Amino acid sequence: MVTTTATPLRPVEQKTAAHSRPLLMLDPLLLLAALGLVACSLVTLHVATRGQVPGPSYYVERQALYAAGGLLLALILSLVDYSRLREYKYVLYGLMIVLNVVVLGTSPINGARRWIPLPFLQFQSSEFGKILLILAVGAFLADRARRLHQWRTTLRIVLLALLPALIVMPQPDLGTALVYVVVGFTLLFVAGTPWKQLAALAAVVLVGAAVVLAGPSLGVHVLKPYQQQRLTTFLNPPPVCGPRDTTCYQLNQSLIALGSGEKTGRGAVGATQTELSYLPAPSTDFVFAALGETYGFIGAALVLSLYALLIWRALRILMMAKNLYGTVIAGGILAMLMFQIFVNVGMTLGIMPTTGVPLPLMSYGGSSVLVTFIAVGLLQSIYVQGRQASSSKSRALIS
Amino acid sequence: MIQDPPPSYDDRRTPMSPQLVRRVAILGTFALTMFAIIFFRLWFIQILSGQKYIAQAKVNRVRDIAIPAPRGEIMDRSGNLLVDSKRAIAVQVTPAELPAPLQATTDTEEAHLVAHPPRPDVALYRRLARVLGMRGRARPCPINANATLRRALAAQGARVVDGAASVQLSPIGCALAQGFVQVSYANVTLATDVPRTVLFYLEERQRQFPGVSVQPVWLRTYPLREVAAQLFGTVGPISRSELKDPRYKGLPQNAIVGQSGLEWFYNRYLQGHNGKQQVQVNALGQPAGAAGRTIQPTAGNNLRLSLDVNLQRTGEQALAQAVSQVPDPNGGAFVAMNPVNGEIYAMGSDPSFDPNIFTHPITQREYDAKFGPTSDFPLLNRAIQTAGPTGSTFKPITATAALQSGAWTTSDVFDDTGQYCFSGQCRHNANMAAYGVVDLEQAIKVSSDDFFYNLGVLTNDPAARGGALQKWARLYGIGQATGIDVGGEVAGNLPDAAWRNHVNHLEYQCDHALGPFRGKAKHTPGGCGIADGTDRPWSAGDNENLAVGQGDVQVTPLQLAVAYSAIANGGNIVRPHLGLDIQQADGTLVQPIKPPSVRHLPINPLYLDTIRQGLRAAASQPGGTSFAVMGNFPEQVYGKTGTAQYTGQPDYSWYTCFVPSTATSKPIEVVVTVARAGFGAQSAAPVARQILSQWFFGKKGPFLGYGGAGAL
Repeated sequence: MVTTTATPLRPVEQKTAAHSRPLLMLDPLLLLAALGLVACSLVTLHVATRGQVPGPSYYVERQALYAAGGLLLALILSLVDYSRLREYKYVLYGLMIVLNVVVLGTSPINGARRWIPLPFLQFQSSEFGKILLILAVGAFLADRARRLHQWRTTLRIVLLALLPALIVMPQPDLGTALVYVVVGFTLLFVAGTPWKQLAALAAVVLVGAAVVLAGPSLGVHVLKPYQQQRLTTFLNPPPVCGPRDTTCYQLNQSLIALGSGEKTGRGAVGATQTELSYLPAPSTDFVFAALGETYGFIGAALVLSLYALLIWRALRILMMAKNLYGTVIAGGILAMLMFQIFVNVGMTLGIMPTTGVPLPLMSYGGSSVLVTFIAVGLLQSIYVQGRQASSSKSRALIS
Repeated sequence: MIQDPPPSYDDRRTPMSPQLVRRVAILGTFALTMFAIIFFRLWFIQILSGQKYIAQAKVNRVRDIAIPAPRGEIMDRSGNLLVDSKRAIAVQVTPAELPAPLQATTDTEEAHLVAHPPRPDVALYRRLARVLGMRGRARPCPINANATLRRALAAQGARVVDGAASVQLSPIGCALAQGFVQVSYANVTLATDVPRTVLFYLEERQRQFPGVSVQPVWLRTYPLREVAAQLFGTVGPISRSELKDPRYKGLPQNAIVGQSGLEWFYNRYLQGHNGKQQVQVNALGQPAGAAGRTIQPTAGNNLRLSLDVNLQRTGEQALAQAVSQVPDPNGGAFVAMNPVNGEIYAMGSDPSFDPNIFTHPITQREYDAKFGPTSDFPLLNRAIQTAGPTGSTFKPITATAALQSGAWTTSDVFDDTGQYCFSGQCRHNANMAAYGVVDLEQAIKVSSDDFFYNLGVLTNDPAARGGALQKWARLYGIGQATGIDVGGEVAGNLPDAAWRNHVNHLEYQCDHALGPFRGKAKHTPGGCGIADGTDRPWSAGDNENLAVGQGDVQVTPLQLAVAYSAIANGGNIVRPHLGLDIQQADGTLVQPIKPPSVRHLPINPLYLDTIRQGLRAAASQPGGTSFAVMGNFPEQVYGKTGTAQYTGQPDYSWYTCFVPSTATSKPIEVVVTVARAGFGAQSAAPVARQILSQWFFGKKGPFLGYGGAGAL
C-alpha cells in the first residue's frame, strides 16, 4: 500500500480528489428518471387541478417548490455516507413511532388524522415513516447480518415492521400500512432470510388476508366496510354502480377517463372527465387517469417508461451497494416504489384494489414528493459509496 | 507510474453472493411482469376500448334541459284574449334528490316517509320555509291515500277519520308528502312566481338546498277573471294513467297537460312542444362550459272560440242579478248559441270564480272554503253539469211526439176546464187557470198543462223504451250528452218503463242489502231514496209528468238549447261547440272547427210551423206566457217559459227562446235557468231578454224580472 511517498503519487492524489467529488459520480439515469417524472407531474397537474380551488398555478407552483426542495435534500443526502445513519437506528425508529402517534391527536381532515400542519406543508407522518422504517429496520438487519437464518431475527424484524403498520391503520391509512408490511418483507428477502422462513411468513400473510376478506361473512370485522368494499370491488365490479358505491363510481370514472384518452389524448381542453370533476382526486390518487385522459397512451407510456427506468436503476444500485446496509436500504426503497407504482396505476386501471397510495413524484403532495426524493438521494448515496468503494478497492489492488 | 484508465465501474463491483443475485433476478422479473401487465391493460383500455369510453364520457357530461313551451292562447270570436300564458319562475323539489331521498317500494315505507319525514329533509324544509316565507306550525295535512296506504299510515300514527288520512306536517312537508303520494317521481312545485331575490338566493346556494331547483314555467292567466271561468278547465302535471293514454303519447313525464274543460278537449292543439338545450354539467350536476345544441320550444296553437265576450259578460251579469234576487239562491245557468250550426256564443254558470287562483299552489283549507262541500260549487258548469226537470219548456217536444205519432192533429181541440183527471187522479193548471177550448198552438201560447197531460196520456206506452213521447224526446237529444267540446257533461235522464223498473230494482236491492249493496245496512222500503219504494210499475201518470217536463226527467240547459235549435232550424240536431278554429300564433288558420249536425229529425214542416206559431204567440201576443217580458222586443222572438217543480224547494225558473234565421241574419237561441226563482217569466225570461238585447243592439237594457206576469 502506498501511504507516505509524496512525489510519485501526486497525480494519483489528484485523481482521487476528482473521484471523491460525489456530484459527478451521481447516477445520471436515476436523476433523469426522477426529474422527468417531476416534469410530467407538473404538466399533468396543470390540467388536473383546473377544477380545483384556488387554481392550477397554485398547485403547480407548490409541487415545483416541493420538488426543488426534494432535489436539494437528495443532493445533500447523496454527499453523505448513508452508512452513518445506521448508528441512529433507535432515534430513527423512535421518531417514526412518535410521528405516527402524534398525528392521532390532530384534528381530522376529511375524516382522517394523517397530517401535522406545518407552515408550508401538511406533514404526513406515515409518508416519512416509510423512509424512517427502511433506514431503521435495515440497520437492525445489518446488525444481525450473521444471524439472518435465525427465526428470532426474522420475527423481530416482522414485529418491527408490523408495529408502525398497526399504528397507521386507525389514521386511517390502509395503503401506507400495506407499504410498511411489504417493505418489511422485502428487507428480509433482500437481506437473505432463508426461503423456508419467507415461505412461512407468506403463508401467514395469505391466511391473514383470507380471514380479513372473508371475515365479515364469518362475523369477524377487521376492516371498515368501506375498506372491505374498496379491496373487493375491483374483483367483481357491479354492472351498474349503486347510489352510495363510491368505489365502483370512482373506478368507472377512472376507466372512462383513461379510455377516452385513446392514443394521443384529448388534450388539455377536451379532457372533460378531469375538467368537470367526474374523475375523483385527479391531482392525487387518480393523477395517472388524468394523465391518460389528457395525453393518451403516449403520455401514460412515457411516464410508465420513466418508472421502469427508476426501478431498473434501483435494482442496479441495490446490486452495487458496498455493504449489506446499503443493499437492504435499496431493497426497501425498491419495494416502496414498486408497491406504490403498481398499486396506484393498477387501481386506476381496475386491476388492483382501491387504496389511497400516491403515485411517486406524479401525485400532488409535499410529503410524498419529499420522501421520494429522500429515497432517490439515498439511492444516489449508495451508488456513490458503492462506486467509491469499488474504485478504491480496485486501486488498492492495482497499487 | 500508475495511469488510471477511465474507470469502468461495472468491472469493479463488489462481488455479490449468488443468493443475492438470484433474489435480485426474482425482483427484476417481478417488476418486468408487472410492467408488462400494466402496459397490456393500458393498451386494452386506451387503444382497443377507447371509443366505448369516449361515448361514456359524453353521456356523463351532456344533459338535455327541457325548455318548456307555452300553451296556446284561448280567445273569443273577435280575438279578445281569454286565457294567456305567462312566464314565471317556480321553486320545485325533486323528492328523489332530497338529502334523504323520498323513495319507497312498499306502502309501509311510503307511509313511514310521509308520517315521519327524515330529519335531514325536515331541516331542509325549515331552511326553505324561511327563504320562501312559508313558515308555519305543523298542521293536520290531509293525505289523499288509497285504502292500503291509509292502513299503513294509521299504523304509523296518522289520524284516519272517515277514510281520510291526515298527518301533522309543516306547510312544505305537507306539500311534499301530498306530491310524493300522488306521483312519487314528479317534481313538487312549492311556489310559483317567486321574486328574483329568492331566485338568486337559491341559485347561489345550490349546495345548501339539495333537491331544490328553480325552473322556468309557464302559468295560465285569465285576464277577464270570472268571465266564462267554468269553460276553460285546468292544466296540471300529467298523471300516471294519462302517461299511458294515447292522447298524451310522446309527452315527457313532467308535462303539463289540460286536465278538464277546453284545455283538456283541445289539449293536442294547445300543447306546445318543449325545446331542449344541451348543456355540459360537472360531476355535481352544475352547468359548466359551453352550451351545446339548442332546440327552441314551439308554442302551442291558439284556440279561437265561438264565444262573444260581450254577450258572455252581459249574460253573466244578468244571470247574477237574477240570482241575487232569489231569497235562497242555488245558482243558475244560461246558454246562447247559433241554432243553425251549434256555435256557442255564450255559456255561463252562476256562481263563478276567478281561475287565476289556481295559478298559485292553493292550500287544502283555502280550496275547501272556496270549492268544498260547504261552498256553493262555483266550479260547476251548471249549463252542462246539472240536469233537472225543465217544466213547460218541454212541451214543444211533447207536441212534436203527439203530432208525428198521429195522436193529435194541428186542428184537434181540447177543452181545458182547469182540471184534468185520468184513472182517478186529477191534476190542474198552475193558479187553477182554465183556458177553455184550445188547439195545440194556443196550448203552447198559454202553456196549458191540462192539454199536455192529455197528450201525455195519449202517447203513453208501457213498453220498456216507452212510446212516441220517449221516442221523440230521445231524438231531440233528451237524456244524452250533447257532445260539446268541453267534456264533463252529464247525460241527464229520460224516464221510461225500463228506467222505472231499473230504479225499483236498485231500491229493492239497497233496502235489502243485496247485489251491489251486499254487506251494507238495510233500509225500510224507499229508504234509500233511489225510488219511492212503492215498487209501482210505469204508469200513464209518469207520462203525464214527462209531457209537461216535470217529475223524473233530467235535462241540462244545453240539451234543451240543442232541442230548441232543431225546432228553430227545421229539424237539425246540431253538435254544440265552443271551438271555432285553431290558429297559429301569427293568426294563420290551422284548422276550422265545424262539427256536422248529429242527425236530422224527420218532422213534418207543417207541424214545426204550428209549434213555432205557438212559441211566437207565447212571446208576442197578449196572454202569451212571456208576452210581458218579450212582447215589445223588436225582433221576432219565439219563446217558452218553464217552471220546474222540486219537492221541498221553490220552483226553478226556465226560459228558452230563439230568433230563427228566417227572421234575422244573426240567428240565436237562448236557454236560461235560475234555481229557486219561481215562474219562468219572473226570472229566466228577463235574463234571456237582456242577452237578446245585447246580441241584437249591443246593449242589455233594463232587467225586467220579478214584475212580469206569472205563467207556467
